[in-house]
Amino acid sequence: MASTQTDTIDLSKFPVDRIRNFCIIAHIDHGKSTLADRLLEMTGAIVKTQKNKQVLDKLQVERERGITVKAQTASLIYSHQGQQYLLNLIDTPGHVDFSYEVSRSISACQGVLLIVDANQGIQAQTVANFYLAFEAQLAIIPVINKIDLKNADPERVASQIEKVFDIPCNECIRISAKLGTNVEAVLQAVVDRIPPPVASIDDPFKALVFDSNFDHYRGVVANIAVFGGRVRKGDRIVSAYLGKSYEVNELGILRPDEHPTQKLFAGQVGYMVTGMKDVKEAQIGDTLYLKEQPVETLPGFKPAKAMVFAGMFPTDQSDYPGLRSAIERLTLNDSSVTVQRDSSMALGAGWRLGFLGLLHMEVFNQRLEQEYNASVIVTAPTVPYKAVLSSPRLIKNRRGIQKNMVYIDDKRVMMKYLFPLNEIVVDFYDLLKSLSSGYASFDYENAGYQAADLIKMNILLNGQPVEELITIVHRGRAYSAGKAMCERLQDSIPRQMFEIAVQASIGSKVIARETIKAYRKNVLAKCYGGDITRKMKLLKKQAEGKKKMRLIGNVEVPKDAFINVLKRKDK
Amino acid sequence: MIQHTLRASRRAVSAALRRFSETSGGEITEEDGLERTGSPAEQASLYVHWPYCLRRCSYCNFNKYISREDNDHIMTECIQRETETLLRLSQVSCITSVFFGGGTPSLAHPSTIAAVLQTVSRWARLSDKAEVTLEVNPTPVGKSKLEDYCRAGVNRFSIGVQSLQDEDLKILGRDHSSHQALQTVEEARRLCPGRVSVDVMFGRPKQSVESWENELSELLRVCDDHVSLYQLTLERGTRLFKQVLGGEVTVPAEDVTAEMYRCARRTLQQRGFLQYEVSNFARHKAASHHNTSYWKGRQYIGVGPGAHGRFVPLGEGGVHREARTQTLEPDVWIREVRQRGHGTRRRIQLGHLELLEEVLVMGLRMTDGINHEHWEMFSPHLGLREVFGTSREVQELLQSGQLILDDRGLRCSWDGLVLLDSMLPALLVELERQIGPSLQRDHHTDGSPH
Repeated sequence: MASTQTDTIDLSKFPVDRIRNFCIIAHIDHGKSTLADRLLEMTGAIVKTQKNKQVLDKLQVERERGITVKAQTASLIYSHQGQQYLLNLIDTPGHVDFSYEVSRSISACQGVLLIVDANQGIQAQTVANFYLAFEAQLAIIPVINKIDLKNADPERVASQIEKVFDIPCNECIRISAKLGTNVEAVLQAVVDRIPPPVASIDDPFKALVFDSNFDHYRGVVANIAVFGGRVRKGDRIVSAYLGKSYEVNELGILRPDEHPTQKLFAGQVGYMVTGMKDVKEAQIGDTLYLKEQPVETLPGFKPAKAMVFAGMFPTDQSDYPGLRSAIERLTLNDSSVTVQRDSSMALGAGWRLGFLGLLHMEVFNQRLEQEYNASVIVTAPTVPYKAVLSSPRLIKNRRGIQKNMVYIDDKRVMMKYLFPLNEIVVDFYDLLKSLSSGYASFDYENAGYQAADLIKMNILLNGQPVEELITIVHRGRAYSAGKAMCERLQDSIPRQMFEIAVQASIGSKVIARETIKAYRKNVLAKCYGGDITRKMKLLKKQAEGKKKMRLIGNVEVPKDAFINVLKRKDK
Repeated sequence: MIQHTLRASRRAVSAALRRFSETSGGEITEEDGLERTGSPAEQASLYVHWPYCLRRCSYCNFNKYISREDNDHIMTECIQRETETLLRLSQVSCITSVFFGGGTPSLAHPSTIAAVLQTVSRWARLSDKAEVTLEVNPTPVGKSKLEDYCRAGVNRFSIGVQSLQDEDLKILGRDHSSHQALQTVEEARRLCPGRVSVDVMFGRPKQSVESWENELSELLRVCDDHVSLYQLTLERGTRLFKQVLGGEVTVPAEDVTAEMYRCARRTLQQRGFLQYEVSNFARHKAASHHNTSYWKGRQYIGVGPGAHGRFVPLGEGGVHREARTQTLEPDVWIREVRQRGHGTRRRIQLGHLELLEEVLVMGLRMTDGINHEHWEMFSPHLGLREVFGTSREVQELLQSGQLILDDRGLRCSWDGLVLLDSMLPALLVELERQIGPSLQRDHHTDGSPH
């Protein structure tokens, strides 16, 4: 990716009034990243070639899935009416799981480009992101994209935008990001309609950390938005969160690749390397200031709340250290994953991880496998037994008790329910989103422990209890859970010389049962010269497998059987 | 009076033992009608593979080919050549039995048989009394050649009857009727009385336990002294497999075939046949010597495309027994034999443990199992009791009556034989556990694996 401008940019040439900080927000696949590509090309940050597809999506998993996972930043230089402007663009993920990233980016901006697909019109994330920007009081520029497509109906979408968001039709810019049509107008609108940052170069230095990365050679690389003053390489700065001081080793802007500079000024967005070794030191939402000049801290962020939980275990306990270091390194760059150690009788030591959503978890797993070569068993997590709170069919099936219902406005309602935690940890969030076409949002609080009708369910093989599979279930759930476990075991345990009774029981009462028939005949019919080699190979394989089996009473159980029973059952 | 009681009790004991007793015929003794000369290293049986068939049966996944041109002459030549090469390589001086299998060996010209036997005699000793078996496909053509085969040196016939129901023969893709098969059996019995074996299949589509019992009765009226019973096994890639997968054809359920096998065993026993191996039954000592060689872990030389062998290539200075396979494809095999005298595709050395594993797995298929002397030939330092006596799992198998370990040796019980493959993994694990460490020891003391 070659740059067509000189590599050293004198940032002092950009006073605050010629800086614009903005992001692009939209529903998934409405074209944010394509528009970002066009803007980068048009301002010379990258050379215009066919290969500039979603340049900002750097992660392998992003490229493969065609989604943005981590927000990236790029500074663009735009000439307008004889003046040069510094436009700082922050790309954001569109998927609902990553709305946390969106709100962080927004805090560093003064305006947003709200993209809406010219055929699909307003969708769930369009609305969600609009509210984020609206509540943050940012300038909102609606952009109707994909006008080149056959089914595009920009008129309809423009009037939809007017009705829902109260933004006049004529403010909508109609473009095709793919073909570049009218994209110039977007740049002009950014300059004209988005206010410059409110920041003075004469104020004491003050910056917001809105993102961070971990680089193995340099340590933590923090993305900062400078809210006042200036900072220079070599300055000593302080992190308000920890009270620790650091020296500025490196400073620069992102084009989108790093372009080191000597100084950064008020209103600008860039990166800073200070020798921090632990990404927790660069707390998102933290305020940085010069050592001799403490300032009032900026309002920080609420930590992201995990919505989907899973247990993760190494396939073999010998892989534990490898997996631990892989999880540590991945979470360095993804602080919205909550991590807790956990252990299972069947699978050994592992973790309980919390994610922003199912996609977030899938992406995490994929990155574990691709970038760190880890092989993981993913299970439904164990839940601490306290009660938790928290939809009609959805609500009823999950033992939710309604507590409260409030109308926010003529289009939105907020409902409060009391739920048991284990009913929501696995897939409640995901189901809620799909039942409401993505429009519903969900937040929860721990409401403390509550007495519940819970029982201990045992799994027995020919009368012998299997300790690793003991579960605590709600009495009403016991039968279905027990039956499901028995069926899975029936499929995973190989036949033996005697019948095997697989039972689920509560106390002494058997509530579910499956049977594995005994072999009545198991001997190869023909075994002459040519058959011997093949038969020996098969038998040796079985003998090897046998060594790895666990004996429960007389019954030989392969490790896979435990995994199959405990594994997360996703659709 | 005491004598009378003793005699009576002895009789009672004998009756109880009759199931696998020594008296009702079929037990294999080393000297059974055969002069064995030399040590085991100097002896082997010979298997010759004739790869051609006229058609492929719907259940068959053997190494067989439909021959288009008349390749017989070339094939015969190459078989002779490879026989010579491998005899010299193995330095075997006595061939104890010969088996012509395939394919359809009864498509070969009787002169082929004669030529091969001549080659054997030229390079090793082939006793007049050595068992020479030919597999026969019971078509009228096959039947007409039997006499010539006898003249060429064949003294035992194995006839692929498979079924006495003509519709079933069609489903199996066979090219003869049951009547023709029975006629072939009759002719074979005339030529080699007491030395004819019949192959039958159970677990066929549309079979029931009752129809099977009837069929077996009918067969037993006309067969000779040896019967091989095979459960139909569906092999991937066969036409029958695809038909079953597609739902066009169904085979009997597993518990039904188990019952068929059980009934057959009992019926044959009632008619005086001794079951000496999982699928093989004989009366009047008509057991197959050649096949017994496999199960007793003796050397064998495999000649022809896809044939398998187990011998020590003493001629090359080899010291370990090797598992050898000849090239599968006839045309390629022919080329290789012409180029270097044999078409061996794979050779794998069998270490001490591997050899013992084969002895164990094959030996237990025989109802007599493995006796202590036999085991000692392969494992002079560790006897059966030392290897298997201490294992908890083996103890359980012994206690449940599936396995027997006593003064005679190690063998399956009547019930245990049916579940042999369920017991073998545990036995193999135990064998490895016991022999493994001693392997290390040997390795360290004399520097070379035993």
